[in-house]
Amino acid sequence: MVYDAAVIGAGVTGAFIARELSRYQLNVCLLEKEEDVAMGTTKANSAIVHAGYDAKHGTLKSLLNVRGNALMEQVTRELGVPFKRIGSLVLAFNEEDRSVLEQLYQNGIQNKVPGLRLLNAKETVAMEPNVSHRVVGSLYAPTAGITCPYELALGAVENAVQNGVDLKRDCRVLDIRKEKSMEKGQENFVLTTEQGEIRASYVVNAAGVYGEIVSEMVQERSFTIHPRKGEYLLLDKSQGNLVHSVIFQTPTKMGKGVLVTPTVDGNLLTGPTSLDVSEKDDVGTTAEGLEKVRKEAGKSVPELPFRDVITSFVGLRATPDTGDFIIEASGTVKGFLNVVGIESPGLTAAPAIGEYAVDLLKKEGLPLVPRGDFQSVRKPIVRFREQTDEEKQRLIRENPLYGNVICRCETITEGEIVDSIRRPAGARSLDGVKRRTRAGMGRCQGGFCTPRVAAILARELRIPEEKVTKKGKGSELLVEKRGSSC
Amino acid sequence: MLNVDLAVIGGGPAGLAAALEARKNGIEKVLILERDKELGGILQQCIHNGFGLHYFGEELTGPEYAERFVEQVEEQGIPYKCDTMVLHLSRDRTITAINRTDGLMKIKAKAVVLAMGCRERTRGALNIPGSRPAGIYTAGTAQRFVNMDGYLPGRKVVILGSGDIGLIMARRLTLEGAEVRMVCELLPYSGGLNRNIVQCLEDYQIPLKLSHTVTNIFGKERLEGVTVAQVDSSRQPIRETEEYVPCDTLLLSVGLIPENELSREAGVPLDRLTSGPIVKETMETCVEGIFACGNVVHVHDLVDFVTRESITAGRCAAEYIRKQKDAGSVPGEDRKTGGSAQDQNKDVAAEAGCQSDGIQTVASDGIKYVVPQYAGRGEHPEGLKLFFRVDGIYRNVRIAVQCDDHEIYSVRKRKVAPGEMETLTLKPELLGDLNTCSELRVELVSQDK
Ligand SMILES: Cc1cc2nc3c(=O)[nH]c(=O)nc-3n(C[C@H](O)[C@H](O)[C@H](O)COP(=O)(O)OP(=O)(O)OC[C@H]3O[C@@H](n4cnc5c(N)ncnc54)[C@H](O)[C@@H]3O)c2cc1C
Ligand SMILES: Cc1cc2nc3c(=O)[nH]c(=O)nc-3n(C[C@H](O)[C@H](O)[C@H](O)COP(=O)(O)OP(=O)(O)OC[C@H]3O[C@@H](n4cnc5c(N)ncnc54)[C@H](O)[C@@H]3O)c2cc1C
Repeated sequence: MVYDAAVIGAGVTGAFIARELSRYQLNVCLLEKEEDVAMGTTKANSAIVHAGYDAKHGTLKSLLNVRGNALMEQVTRELGVPFKRIGSLVLAFNEEDRSVLEQLYQNGIQNKVPGLRLLNAKETVAMEPNVSHRVVGSLYAPTAGITCPYELALGAVENAVQNGVDLKRDCRVLDIRKEKSMEKGQENFVLTTEQGEIRASYVVNAAGVYGEIVSEMVQERSFTIHPRKGEYLLLDKSQGNLVHSVIFQTPTKMGKGVLVTPTVDGNLLTGPTSLDVSEKDDVGTTAEGLEKVRKEAGKSVPELPFRDVITSFVGLRATPDTGDFIIEASGTVKGFLNVVGIESPGLTAAPAIGEYAVDLLKKEGLPLVPRGDFQSVRKPIVRFREQTDEEKQRLIRENPLYGNVICRCETITEGEIVDSIRRPAGARSLDGVKRRTRAGMGRCQGGFCTPRVAAILARELRIPEEKVTKKGKGSELLVEKRGSSC
Repeated sequence: MLNVDLAVIGGGPAGLAAALEARKNGIEKVLILERDKELGGILQQCIHNGFGLHYFGEELTGPEYAERFVEQVEEQGIPYKCDTMVLHLSRDRTITAINRTDGLMKIKAKAVVLAMGCRERTRGALNIPGSRPAGIYTAGTAQRFVNMDGYLPGRKVVILGSGDIGLIMARRLTLEGAEVRMVCELLPYSGGLNRNIVQCLEDYQIPLKLSHTVTNIFGKERLEGVTVAQVDSSRQPIRETEEYVPCDTLLLSVGLIPENELSREAGVPLDRLTSGPIVKETMETCVEGIFACGNVVHVHDLVDFVTRESITAGRCAAEYIRKQKDAGSVPGEDRKTGGSAQDQNKDVAAEAGCQSDGIQTVASDGIKYVVPQYAGRGEHPEGLKLFFRVDGIYRNVRIAVQCDDHEIYSVRKRKVAPGEMETLTLKPELLGDLNTCSELRVELVSQDK
């Protein structure tokens, strides 16, 4: 069979393109090289829904950022993904910073960002009493917010699968060529993948930091994408109340600087650093990087209790040499669309990128006939810990698995874990379960639930426990089954 | 709503001993709540010998030690619920718990014993840089995999931290056929029991590298190796000493933290030094009717001490319940239910309560912490037992107790180390004039460190 469209890369970009395509009467596949969706840049970033004042007016970035921000409320509601519009502050510590804020403000007005306000020092401290009292002013953006990046991508993928998209994981695209189509009497693409050949009339490249590699499978190099590393520290929930909005520093030539923000789960996040690296999979944290986070974050919020750090991680920016998102049909190979160089604010823009990319495909000739049965709302997820006592009682009565707490720190029940495995695009690894349910994300970082989740995965997937992985092939948790040694 | 006299949260050795003692002291309606599938707590996964030397005068395995208490609980017919997780405890001693069969339960107790034990510290708390592959476990998780589930988690192992669980796992994994490359300890001394260093490392020629730490982690899917470096006196790695050690497993044995989320919700004041509730010698916390014992109060290395402490908790909880009954009042019943929002910030006031009716014990020179934090002003017919840890390795020291500036007790020790909990008992006659005392200070008087 020949798919109407193949989307390469199941990060947040590919996820929203696939979901957008699933509104129409099309056969679509979504191909991901990893064992799960959202394992690339989408997994590790600041999770901010940017207001849109910093992307330079007139760029694709500025357009799609503001549109994406506006769409976020509805999208997250439909997909059952957490989103909180908590606003952001950019802090200025001297006159020079303040003039930068003035420029940001003007740029934001041009971009039509709603509600922007320049605040003086007193107003700033009144709003966020824990920021450094050296602050001289700030730019307040009420429309900024926070979400959970992998849940957003997962939600979109699940919803796309619910609407008929074929998701293929562990399916790296190795090569792409064109052939004369048997079925349709015209040309189509043949994608050589780890799961054999896949045919499609249109191909969308949403491969993140690997975007240039995929692009070069069909056409000459027209851009390059550099990985740039950002390191983060995540603090315990007991510290989530230290600030109530996203706290940025005034951007410099070096980037947006280190931010301090609550997360949708109530933790406190701080980072990222910014360092060009050579490897596209260099996601190790470094002692220097983490020290830098501590130092820089301390400038914004002096009393950060770093002894409450529960984990650290790295995000890789897909930095394009063009300085803007690259979303364009190939000039030379018909039917091939690049959606790459999606650096920040790519998460925010994703729903808008989905619309924009599908519109380009339409212009390229892909017929878009709406499906009558499109379901915009994702099958709801039960989050036990957020229920009232009465609801909890009812859930357990209907399904006793909800009465068995597996992750003690986050109060995640067996019912939720089983659901995360059985859902469309369900979890197949420990990290997959963790991203979908938060089991293992709390203060003990899986010390308690790892053996228990591994046993449930083995049972549900009908595999021996020693085949259960942390994050796909090669990351098996255990090496050998022994006799019971008790 | 279920009404009981005494609710015990946690069915480990602490909870079991407290429940049994309360029953011995005439309390009928006792209920033990345990989230695991069986009673016994962490002991169920400690299949090695070495439990009970002090208490039973014989060497038992963890499950054997636990079994002695579980049997008594059965004999006494004390009700317990396993697979039951306590989700919330409020200040007025209302417990919210769930399990598969009863669903969500509200349990109102006249007194509560907190016996939730502790959890292990993790990599995040240490901030080791590097990638995040499979193969990094806390020692206790690995112990559960091996001893309870029957799986080998890896073949070439580096252990970071020389806490007891790490030492015991070094031996266990060696016996299971894995190669334990080394145990690295950041400090210049081990935090584990001396007998474990001898029996678990030396007997198997496993190197213990003191003043060493893991500086980086390598491997994409599964762990492939770590770098290990010596640290200087300020515990910073010395780059030139960095060495790559291939391994597929890294076990962390870097300390335990008392598990006090429930205590916090109930507004029980915690001690920053122990991370456990501040307790009086009765093991009552600063919140009336809520008692605590075992690892939830402070991390113990020997279960025998856990048992002793828990007997006190059980006896005193029973006494508390009886007194309330005699007075004819049902404690807490008249109060409005305390939601967690209301519970917050009350702990400051609660600690003031503790202070007003007790003498504070203070960890002074060379002492890390002292438990209990408050001693009663009344009679001490059985004397006053203090548990404490020192903050470094010392030889030929004198441990002294000062009542204000007047020394009332002192004892000589050949060697003391942070890995071994110390205890001392102040005889009743010494305590005669405690009433005039404003604080009891425990300190080390030493020459050579
Ligand atoms: C440090 C940092 C902080 C950020 N903070 C924010 C923020 O606060 N707000 C915001 O809006 N944005 C932020 N961003 C940007 C945002 O994270 C990205 O724009 C977004 O995640 C990009 O998603 P993507 O789907 O394009 O890329 P990815 O998530 O990398 O997805 C690409 C996918 O393609 C797959 N793939 C690659 N090659 C192949 C192949 N050959 N075959 C099959 N599959 C393949 C990969 O495995 C991957 O899953 C941040 C980025 C970074 C790095
Ligand atoms: C790995 C390890 C090895 C040890 N080796 C030795 C040794 O060789 N010799 C020795 O003498 N001592 C040893 N000890 C010390 C001794 O075993 C412990 O000090 C003792 O088990 C502590 O008892 P506890 O009851 O306080 O805690 P635990 O045994 O941890 O019991 C706490 C119980 O509370 C339950 N619980 C917690 N929260 C909840 C909740 N919210 N709802 C319901 N239930 C809950 C837990 O499931 C657990 O069963 C070892 C300890 C460990 C951790």
